[in-house]
Amino acid sequence: MMRRARVAWNGIVTEAEPLDDGRLRLPDGTIVGELEVMWLPPVEPGVIVALGLNYAEHAGELSFVAPKEPLLFFKGKNTLIGHRGRTVRPEGVNMMHYECELAVVIGRPASRVKAERAYDYIFGYTIANDYAVRDYLENYYRPNFRVKNRDRTTPLGPWIVSHEEVGDPMALRLRTYVNGAVVQEGYTGDMIFSIPYLLEYITEFMTLAPGDVILTGTPKGAVNVQPGDEVVAEIERIGRLINYIV
Amino acid sequence: MANVRLRLAGMRRTIEAKADPHGGTVSFGGQTHRIDELEWDAPIGGAMYGVALNDGKEWAALSKEMNAPPYEKPPEGPVLYMKPANTINAHRRPVLLPRWVKHLQAAPALGLVIGRTAARVRREQALDFVFGYTIVNDLSIPHEQRHRPAVKEQARDGFAPVGPWIVPKEEASPLSSLTARVYVNGRLVQRADPSRFRLPVEQWLAEVTEFMTLYPGDVLFFSWPADAPLVTAGDVVRIEIERIGVLENEIALEQGGDE
Repeated sequence: MMRRARVAWNGIVTEAEPLDDGRLRLPDGTIVGELEVMWLPPVEPGVIVALGLNYAEHAGELSFVAPKEPLLFFKGKNTLIGHRGRTVRPEGVNMMHYECELAVVIGRPASRVKAERAYDYIFGYTIANDYAVRDYLENYYRPNFRVKNRDRTTPLGPWIVSHEEVGDPMALRLRTYVNGAVVQEGYTGDMIFSIPYLLEYITEFMTLAPGDVILTGTPKGAVNVQPGDEVVAEIERIGRLINYIV
Repeated sequence: MANVRLRLAGMRRTIEAKADPHGGTVSFGGQTHRIDELEWDAPIGGAMYGVALNDGKEWAALSKEMNAPPYEKPPEGPVLYMKPANTINAHRRPVLLPRWVKHLQAAPALGLVIGRTAARVRREQALDFVFGYTIVNDLSIPHEQRHRPAVKEQARDGFAPVGPWIVPKEEASPLSSLTARVYVNGRLVQRADPSRFRLPVEQWLAEVTEFMTLYPGDVLFFSWPADAPLVTAGDVVRIEIERIGVLENEIALEQGGDE
């Protein structure tokens, strides 16, 4: 399957694949409308590795010097929600922003992978919107869990698209729209640390398992969002991930 | 004798057993086995979150540094770090010392195993969400820098031995009396107890679940890093927590590789 989602429908959790008319086909042949299902994160990762400051311009925007080594942090499964889900903006905060990111889904146990062979270990890609609540930034273990690991702050989906179908993941346009207006735009080729480099770097010290996810960082354009906003994270050849702020 | 939940190599699930750590035996299925003769697996499979800077002794030692750049001031909220699934290791399984590193820090930690989904938990009820206790050996490559997550230093494969089992909290002594003792090659090198924690674990559970949900099987662990020993290849690290058990691992030199 080149493109697949995970949905809840009629009391079951199932895979689904998209049809050209926007509807979904379930494995047993049932055809359902995209608004009839509850979209779930398309993968249930054991480990979620995220990247801070992986686009030069975003790093500049946050007035940091671009890192010499990947800035990694982990996220828990509590953060994930599906396509069309709602994310809470905590009361009384001044700055909460989206981060449209290419999410890499691992396909095979990956340990000591060489960059040249990295794509052999990648099953496919999906889209993450890795929200940050900047009010809670503190200088210990930045980016810390209160900023980056809050419940339901990482919409993921709508589907996984296989590596073969995407082609070169380092040549994709990313865009974020808030209420229909483009607010963030970037290009995966501008990553400081490329996907093959990251896979080699990470698997030098930790083994990744099938289904694990790497969130590869976000380009510049991080803007405050408010309750009521519709945020769409879009990546060329992968899809459009819709999320609502409440 | 304590009722425990344990898992052996090859078992997909935990089982109930009776353990006698002093006699060195464990009984299940009508048979008694020597603890040393079994092949162990970690008794948990969830996420492992460590509460950083909870050790009062470490906090005091860092107080000057915390007020200087780039930190500027001590943290106000809980500072957490994760030991992801690849780090989970078991009783009596080796921990691999990377070839380019001389020492590892082996910090004893008390692990609280979550029993039911814990979100927005109130401090007074926090322990209702805890199933029981286990021991964690929170290993890391020594590092000075705390400004960024020390992922490469803390999250290597096998860097979190857990076990040997979980003791349900009803079976355990009161939390305040859970003293940890660390032995390296049989010699006592560290002794620490929960009175050193900067906040009670109930308070941390409330503060953490205020923004992130913990699920059954997840572990929130509390270490005593301030005077934790440094260990090297060939050392056997044994962490004992009273009425919980004994977690023992040998540090072995990583073989092969290009370096």
